[in-house]
Amino acid sequence: MTDMSVNIAGVELRNPVMTASGTFGSGIEYSEFVDLSKLGAVVTKGVSLTPWEGNPTPRVAETYGGMLNAIGLQNPGIDTFIERDLEFLKGFDTKVIVNVCGKTVEEYLGVVERLADTNADMLEINVSCPNVKEGAIAFGQDPKALSDITKQIKKKAKQPVIMKLSPNVTDIALMAKVCEDAGADAVSMINTITGMKIDVNKRRFVLANKTGGLSGPAIKPVAVRMVWQAAQAVRIPIIGMGGISSAEDALEFIMAGAAAVAVGAANFTDPYTTVKVVDGIEAYMKDNNIKTISELTGCVR
Amino acid sequence: MKIRETATIISQECLCEGIYSMWLATGIAGSAVCGQFISVYPNSDSKLLPRPISLCEISAPGDEQAVRIVYRVAGAGTEEFSHMSSGDKLDILGPNGNGFLAPVKEEITADTKALLIGGGIGIPPMLELAKQLRCNVNTVAGYRSRNEMFLTKELERAGRLFISTDDGSFGTCGTVIDAVNEEHIDADIIFACGPKPMLKGVKELAGELGKNAYISMEERMACGVGACLGCVTASAGIDDHSKVNNKRVCADGPVFLASEVVL
Ligand SMILES: Cc1cc2nc3c(=O)[nH]c(=O)nc-3n(C[C@H](O)[C@H](O)[C@H](O)COP(=O)(O)OP(=O)(O)OC[C@H]3O[C@@H](n4cnc5c(N)ncnc54)[C@H](O)[C@@H]3O)c2cc1C
Ligand SMILES: Cc1cc2nc3c(=O)[nH]c(=O)nc-3n(C[C@H](O)[C@H](O)[C@H](O)COP(=O)(O)O)c2cc1C
Ligand code: FES
Repeated sequence: MTDMSVNIAGVELRNPVMTASGTFGSGIEYSEFVDLSKLGAVVTKGVSLTPWEGNPTPRVAETYGGMLNAIGLQNPGIDTFIERDLEFLKGFDTKVIVNVCGKTVEEYLGVVERLADTNADMLEINVSCPNVKEGAIAFGQDPKALSDITKQIKKKAKQPVIMKLSPNVTDIALMAKVCEDAGADAVSMINTITGMKIDVNKRRFVLANKTGGLSGPAIKPVAVRMVWQAAQAVRIPIIGMGGISSAEDALEFIMAGAAAVAVGAANFTDPYTTVKVVDGIEAYMKDNNIKTISELTGCVR
Repeated sequence: MKIRETATIISQECLCEGIYSMWLATGIAGSAVCGQFISVYPNSDSKLLPRPISLCEISAPGDEQAVRIVYRVAGAGTEEFSHMSSGDKLDILGPNGNGFLAPVKEEITADTKALLIGGGIGIPPMLELAKQLRCNVNTVAGYRSRNEMFLTKELERAGRLFISTDDGSFGTCGTVIDAVNEEHIDADIIFACGPKPMLKGVKELAGELGKNAYISMEERMACGVGACLGCVTASAGIDDHSKVNNKRVCADGPVFLASEVVL
């Protein structure tokens, strides 16, 4: 019998495959294609205390084997999110991980407190969005600020806390270690890599925000390397992502040290990607006589 | 119900320089309405994102399920589509968006004067709309010049057709709005698709006439289904779904009441 379940900070996931925040909404739209109960977890779009407008358009651009986005964390705010999105997710037998964002520590704490008595199973703290001016990435690029916000959130949070790390740092292993030492239950990585595209005919930036976050297959080797480096430095579980579009991609992350994986931009290319990855991992396990995911996690040293 | 499938190309032809027409056999036709669009995926692995293309025609119930798209070669993705031919496969997803008629079904009676305005590559979605409307249909199609005209025969069959060209080589010299004024076309309701400056003109025209204009908008998309918030357009009021002054073109549109959006 192959057992695909994984345990992250005491939460049992049916399989190690989740959605990457911001690429799947809260699953409402994609539930027309995918049975959300087949996923290990649904990770929701970043939510803040009040509604956020986001950036001007164009917000997205295609690049070779990837895409840039500068959505700017548009979201309806925590009240609507709890009433509509979390309510919707109650209808599925999957775990719910809520991605939290804010401009100040207080704002993050406010969202975390509002989520305390909801059906959110875990919190993913976005300290790594490259597309907003204040907050977010500022916390994710400075070890001291990262340690501080992690500690404060851990004090307030009723659910296990995942810190989502930015690749836009010199030493990812250090950042992961800082989170672990500050009490984080897990880390997820990588958020997008800051990038830029220029329209040479118009002689203008393609994105209204000038820069955007690069995601998709183009960033996978960087992401796998970072997961591996972090895995050498910490014992808490790592959720790996960045360019996953097949089971083989997902297995690379797992072998590098990820306990679970998330599928992001690939949902845009094929909304069935998440379930294909689940099925593909299961087939790999059967073919290779692997009984549990943990046999594979970090098996390449 | 949205479908993602590998569709088979029934036929493809070049209508004029750079403009192609493709019929695709697809179950999407079963639930599609005019004004909706499909996401078309390039086969090349280097291209991740779907290309949104409006439905130009939808097969009649009872016929083989098929949709027609008419598109302009604008870059590498549409270039790839233009090289395909009958029997080739193309991944598509749809139908997406809201369409023209849902909000206005009640308003339109047999003697309603509907004015359909299409500019350039905004003309294709007007064809299925013109075919489906059971009222007085006047269509204005704007082209750059006489040798870049397409779909005129089909549009003529589906109503009265007026044409404008930028260089005056056919019909009214000038914009679609110039044609409306020159031909004194009256309207109870307006539908339009085209470049933003044209849509601004349409919104003004509707304001002057005191009538509603429903405009189909364009924005860069990633998911095409309403999940990523990539494709928003500024709305006049707080939107019910987003809770901010933004609406998703792919899911809340692409057709909006002109007064709801800020152009
Ligand atoms: C709702 C909707 C309906 C449309 N209907 C039609 C139609 O019926 N016929 C037609 O010819 N064109 C239509 N377009 C425009 C069409 O989507 C673009 O021309 C096409 O995506 C260009 O792709 P490309 O790879 O050739 O160009 P590239 O410039 O190489 O594309 C690069 C990226 O930018 C995006 N992009 C480029 N131009 C546009 C644009 N104008 N709008 C949105 N995304 C763009 C592409 O999808 C792709 O992700 C529509 C757009 C929208 C939003
Ligand atoms: C359109 C878009 C929106 C995103 N929004 C968020 C977000 O709200 N919060 C967050 O932590 N990450 C966000 N991300 C980052 C993804 O969750 C993920 O970390 C990144 O895209 C790398 O994975 P991928 O290559 O599989 O897309 C977003 C990514 C994309 C493409
Ligand atoms: S393209 Fe993703 S929400 Fe419209």
